[in-house]
Amino acid sequence: MADRPFDAETFVDAAAALTGLPLDPAHRPGVILNIERIAEMAALVMAFPLPKETEPAPVFRP
Amino acid sequence: MSDFDADALGIAAAVRGGTLSAVEVTEAALARIASRDPALNSFTAVTEARALAAAHAVDSVLARGEDPGPLAGAPFAVKNLFDVEGLVTVAGSKIDRERPPATADATIVRRLAGAGAVLVGALNMDEYAYGFTTKNTHYGPAHNPHDPARVAGGSSGGSGAAVAGGLVPLALGSDTNGSIRVPASLCGTFGLKPTYGRLSRAGARLFAASLDHVGPLARSVGDLAAAYDAMQGPDPGDPASAGRAVEPALPELARGAAGLRIAVAGGYFAGAGEARAAVERVAHALGVSRTIEIPEAARARAAAFVITASEGANLHFADLKARAGDFDPMTRDRFLAGALVPANWVIQAQRFRRWYREQLLALFNDTDILLMPATPCSAPRIGEDMIEIDGALVPSRPYLGVYTQPLSFIGLPIVAVPLREAGGLPIGVQIAAAPWRESDALRVARTLERAGVTNAEVANV
Repeated sequence: MADRPFDAETFVDAAAALTGLPLDPAHRPGVILNIERIAEMAALVMAFPLPKETEPAPVFRP
Repeated sequence: MSDFDADALGIAAAVRGGTLSAVEVTEAALARIASRDPALNSFTAVTEARALAAAHAVDSVLARGEDPGPLAGAPFAVKNLFDVEGLVTVAGSKIDRERPPATADATIVRRLAGAGAVLVGALNMDEYAYGFTTKNTHYGPAHNPHDPARVAGGSSGGSGAAVAGGLVPLALGSDTNGSIRVPASLCGTFGLKPTYGRLSRAGARLFAASLDHVGPLARSVGDLAAAYDAMQGPDPGDPASAGRAVEPALPELARGAAGLRIAVAGGYFAGAGEARAAVERVAHALGVSRTIEIPEAARARAAAFVITASEGANLHFADLKARAGDFDPMTRDRFLAGALVPANWVIQAQRFRRWYREQLLALFNDTDILLMPATPCSAPRIGEDMIEIDGALVPSRPYLGVYTQPLSFIGLPIVAVPLREAGGLPIGVQIAAAPWRESDALRVARTLERAGVTNAEVANV
């Protein structure tokens, strides 16, 4: 994602269609704005190199 | 100050000592809610019949010469995401009003009631706990008791407002990214977010399960500790419950901060203006001059942000598909966007969480307590969507959690303590301890309370 700018509009329309999430046209601008914010946050996280040994953190006890 | 401005332990002492009956206390609390809540909008339900029945039961137990519990007759109220038998758990939403009433109390509600505390109602919050302001469109905003034109903070805003306004001495909230500590800071109360897995979330509506915590807000450190002690213990009903035995904090308070190695968190957490001044006052009172830097805190906040968006949206996906228009416009578009977050981002965020946890645990090898601001500023006005921080305008809603989010991310136990200059608005400082060391943070809070550094007086509503 660092390779080219995140295209939030295209992403929202495609991802919503692919995942079966109907978007009211009135909600679409707000969703685009919010996915842009999330993408900025995610870019920070994705830019950080992690060792392959680092496992995810959630709690699960069988 | 009347008898009813006393803290929960003070009320319980009076009830147990026979100078006040639990019924008198309860009637006074119900009267206060009736007279003050119209200005605060902190309650969404008042459980009058249940409260009076519970109070009568406490008085009967005392009359028989038996022990009604350490919180005998102390009124409390809970964020409306906790199950209360007979009430619909709305979690700040319109959608959940259609669910049937809860058939049992949430675990920690039941435990507090078992300690003699008297439940008087359910409290306002951001829809599904997604927010830091309690500007709830369905139920109206909660108002800050120190200035009703300002937000109470969120998402446990009703809890902060009800405690600071003197409607109840004790309230329960939940904290995923700061939702206990932000309203505690803005309303001027104490708040405890325990270690992740310490207190049971069974019977509490979840938001982002891998980050959700529950805990108390109160006007004294003793009340925080007493309530926390009453709620501890394993619970098979919460899959995240760590199953730890009860480790009472109240008996530890008398030790104060002596022997604890305390440092101020610098860098990302340095803060500006009133937030920085509050931390400096606390550090000065504790004789702390050491500053240490927490690595990658901004990234920790970012990772928590991504996980929250994704887990929260997944939980509500069926409703987002079928009836997005029934969500609060304050949360709706964030939930919808969260439903589209790629798995790759979320899993990386959870892996980063493991890395970050290891860095912070290493810091605790030679430090017991870290101090940092609870919020970047005091309460913004309700209509104010942007706030000025250190000369820059930032959106108030997400930014209020800038200092809380990187810490709950790895489940550290934290007490928020309230400071207030004469005539000013409250602002909180976070006292963060190593995992499972809630009592260390509470001991520091008690030291500050005894030294008169904190101020959790009831606001003039």
